[in-house]
Amino acid sequence: MGLLLFDLVLATVVLLLAGTAIFSRNLTHAVMLFMAFGVMMALAWARLAAPDLALAEAAIGAGLTGALCFTALVRQPAALDSKVATSLLPICFVALITAALLFSVWQIPVSPNPALSHEVSVALPQSGVAHPVTAVLLNFRSWDTLLELLVLLLALLGAQQAQSSLTLYAGWSLSLSWSRLLSPLIILLTGYLLWRGAAAPGGAFQAGALLASGLVVLRLNQQLTWLSWQNPWVRLAALSGLLVFVLTGLFSLLWSSSRLWLEWPTAYAGAVILGIESFATLAIAVTLTLLVVGEPTEERADA
Amino acid sequence: MSWLDGLSWFLLLLGLVFFIAGSLGLLRFPDQFSRLHAVTKADTLGLGLVVLGLSIQSSWRETLLMLLIWLLVMCSGAVSCQLLARFSRDAADAEPLISHQEPGQTANSTSPASAPVTKRAE
Repeated sequence: MGLLLFDLVLATVVLLLAGTAIFSRNLTHAVMLFMAFGVMMALAWARLAAPDLALAEAAIGAGLTGALCFTALVRQPAALDSKVATSLLPICFVALITAALLFSVWQIPVSPNPALSHEVSVALPQSGVAHPVTAVLLNFRSWDTLLELLVLLLALLGAQQAQSSLTLYAGWSLSLSWSRLLSPLIILLTGYLLWRGAAAPGGAFQAGALLASGLVVLRLNQQLTWLSWQNPWVRLAALSGLLVFVLTGLFSLLWSSSRLWLEWPTAYAGAVILGIESFATLAIAVTLTLLVVGEPTEERADA
Repeated sequence: MSWLDGLSWFLLLLGLVFFIAGSLGLLRFPDQFSRLHAVTKADTLGLGLVVLGLSIQSSWRETLLMLLIWLLVMCSGAVSCQLLARFSRDAADAEPLISHQEPGQTANSTSPASAPVTKRAE
């Protein structure tokens, strides 16, 4: 009874926050409401017994997306009045996307298919990991994860085309030292999340998002000045997840006994998955950081 | 055992009262500094009381984790509060620069404030 009440309140708050975030006239308010929506959404995923999603939502939805939206707001030209769309084309585009999304949601069966989860648990010993979500993401359906990494890279490449004029202010000494103090802890937690992903909720996306949040905090305090798209090593790091994934896939296609694209040999599956996830964590962290902070054009040493 | 449970519930409810007081202050106080004061101080104390109340009912490992989270939230809250206050003071001092200062305020204040959110979920 108590939990039912909690769920009802949570669902109401999530819907209210989503509605107000969309319909808010003030963009800053909308961003704040969206961040609150992310926190509530993470709670909702936790209540739905999906801790992997809850972790990812808390790190990305509540943490990084807020920072991303705020830095995007800063880059906006001063007055951006939200006037009614005059062109029909964007409306048609949005309606089309909405219809496609609604159609795909409609395809999802109402009750989960028990046969599918049974198949996963039967094949789990051959996957190399003990956590079913990681097994699905990086072994049974690794093709999807590979394409997700590609989507992230495309987002970064798209954002690189946009002009950005983010001004970084020289870090105030206290916030600077606090961000420095936090960074070992964040690196430790990143490693923990990555390692735990084999047996429990966690994995590359959560670890990468956490690492990215630490990098963003440091970057906003004018640290890590080498972390920019101009640096070839940073580009390599942003590419590394996809690169390692594709190379491993090619290796499995050409030289392993199974001769199947993205089919890991059972004996090495755990090591292969850990290797891919490590590079994916690095790539995700660098990509998300570059998306949030981008190329700051001017760095002032005062303030 | 029951008086321990009672103490735990008392601490949880007391923490809730501080949270509500902090949120009310954030909504009702007139200027930025008193709002910051209300929300950071009262919420930190409220979170500490909630952690204390929950730690009575949990194992020592969970208690240590919650204490670590409280410590991180407390420090991040203090730092981001001071950061916001500094920026609003500078913005008030340099009136013509106000539009130039505000972007930095939002950009800098976002991440320290969002960092504890990330950690709290773990």
